[in-house]
Amino acid sequence: MKKTYKIDVDCANCAGKMEAAANATPGVKEAVVSFMTLKMKVEFDEGAQPQAVMEEVRKNCKKVERDCEIFL
Amino acid sequence: MNKKQKKLLGRILAAAALLVLLHFLPVEGWPRFVLYMVPYLLIGHDVLSKAWYGIRHGQVFDECFLMVVATLGAIVLGLTTDGDYTEAVAVMLFYQTGEWFQSWAVDRSRRSIGALMDIRPDYANLETEDGLEQVDPDEVEPGTVIVIRPGEKVPIDGVVAEGTSSLDAAALTGESLPRDVGPGETVLSGCVNLTGVLRVKTTRAFEESTASRILDLVENAAARKAGAENFITRFARVYTPAVCLGALAVAVVPPLVRLAALGLAPQWSVWLYRALSFLVISCPCALVISIPLTFFAGIGGASGAGVLVKGANFLETLAKTTCVVFDKTGTLTRGDFTVTEVTPAALDREALLETAALAEIASSHPIAKSVRAAWGGEPDRRRVTDIREHSGRGITARVDGRTVAAGNRRLMEELSVPCPIEDPEVGAVLHIAVEGQYAGRLTIADQVKPTAREAVAALAKAGVAETVMLTGDVESAARQAAGALGISKVFSGLLPADKVAKVEELLTARPGGGAVAFVGDGINDAPVLARADVGVAMGAMGSDAAIEAADVVLMDDDPRKLPQAMAIARRCMAIVRENIVFSIGVKVLCLALVALGLAGMWLAVFADVGVMVLAVLNAVRALWGKKPG
Repeated sequence: MKKTYKIDVDCANCAGKMEAAANATPGVKEAVVSFMTLKMKVEFDEGAQPQAVMEEVRKNCKKVERDCEIFL
Repeated sequence: MNKKQKKLLGRILAAAALLVLLHFLPVEGWPRFVLYMVPYLLIGHDVLSKAWYGIRHGQVFDECFLMVVATLGAIVLGLTTDGDYTEAVAVMLFYQTGEWFQSWAVDRSRRSIGALMDIRPDYANLETEDGLEQVDPDEVEPGTVIVIRPGEKVPIDGVVAEGTSSLDAAALTGESLPRDVGPGETVLSGCVNLTGVLRVKTTRAFEESTASRILDLVENAAARKAGAENFITRFARVYTPAVCLGALAVAVVPPLVRLAALGLAPQWSVWLYRALSFLVISCPCALVISIPLTFFAGIGGASGAGVLVKGANFLETLAKTTCVVFDKTGTLTRGDFTVTEVTPAALDREALLETAALAEIASSHPIAKSVRAAWGGEPDRRRVTDIREHSGRGITARVDGRTVAAGNRRLMEELSVPCPIEDPEVGAVLHIAVEGQYAGRLTIADQVKPTAREAVAALAKAGVAETVMLTGDVESAARQAAGALGISKVFSGLLPADKVAKVEELLTARPGGGAVAFVGDGINDAPVLARADVGVAMGAMGSDAAIEAADVVLMDDDPRKLPQAMAIARRCMAIVRENIVFSIGVKVLCLALVALGLAGMWLAVFADVGVMVLAVLNAVRALWGKKPG
């Protein structure tokens, strides 16, 4: 399953860090962050709960970049 | 400017003013330190807190952290040596200025690209008892009748139920010539209604409509990253730690060498200063920001010209395409039949066309349609009686009381009408006999698009080494079309599966050494579109299959869009290369100068902020593609 989320982040490098953090979160098969469109596209693992996974993703992203936001 | 940016700008200006003021204040010692800390904290407090947050979460190479180390280091140096804190405050000030500018510039380009693609309709008009009601287009069910007044955008795809008008499709196709529509014709969302009121019965939901799909596509394009982008991401990951290690080496190695090997004073503070300057240069932001921004601007610029590029990677491939494979029908030719030759024998030209058109009056065959279109007169059913279809051969009928036969050579043979002229090699032939006497023939063929030749020439000029035409047609027709267009290679008589095989052959041979592009009309050639390095669908406005299958979509059916798209792609890639070379080059140069002591933290700040500003400005150039011709 694939979903797209709106995000907010200030710099391109930070967007790259968010992408890495999201990809490292269990339940995420692949995450792509586009800094230009401020969107995160997430493909979930089979059977994962998107809502729960995205809470984790947000937490992990906030760890690497405090001023980021993912609108769930 | 948003609120965040305004606040930051305020802080920048206040800190800068304070810094200038303090420069003229004759304070020494501790009071001086305290006074300078005011602008430092004013401008840098959020950076400090972010750095602290980063350390706690194991983000050691965070740019905030590096900036804090560099500036705090400079302050400590100031405390222990000459009491100069200006540099620390200024570096923080410039860093924040850079952040502000980056945020502003990216915002601006986001918005100007957005404006370029401003095809999203905001509302739809529903007709109710109290007149028109504006509703969210999302809520309109397919099959609803909506009203579009002059000056409004078509919100949802549909069919005109009532009214005539002209539509401006420039936002979709880049074509500025308005198109006239009337009842029964399809209208696509994103077009602007220019002249009359239209009542349109919607055929799709809003999110399925052309405008929504196109926007979705362009926005998602950014998710497919180009090789250059991935290179930069990898580079950034190595660059920052490498520079930090370099900084450590600069701080420690030269003093120790001086002390141990050369027997000189170690000059700890000099080398520490240089190491701190290194840290300022360590942020890879200029690179990381400018490359995706360039691609985004390139994709935006292309969509403004009616070319949808579905990913930055395809822009990259398009730029290095050296072999373009065309499908013939519908791509280089119109894909419909027209009478190309009238050869009268017994009747004159006009009478021959009229007789043929009347005989074909009831037929829905494409050839019959083309004959009626070529005649152009008003068909009067009363003049025609006894119409009989001879399957696979033609038609016989009585026109104005005379027996007329219109069909192929076999029909003529069956009616024992001798055909005096050989059939031409190209196209279909319609022989006409009146009262058993041969009257002449019409040649009907698919016509080459008027701009196709120009497009092929433009491709050759743009460095495409080989143009190839694939077609299911017979060889003679294919050769003739290719000759007229200046296409170098032709493969004819191909089935759809053969086309895939041919493209695969070309992918192995790689004429010109670059990528292979396939251009089709999206009908029946989806597998080929998918197989080529870059699949280009043409004339795709409203055709879902084509939009789905292709990597690059030309919104109208003008083949000249292809060289134009390639020009945009090349320009974009040139800017990407410029930015990569420029920003890495300047950073390396500055690192060298700083290590040698020829430059201080000021130059380091330029390497960080200045380069980023220039790279961003350069990137935005990709938005404005060169106009063709």
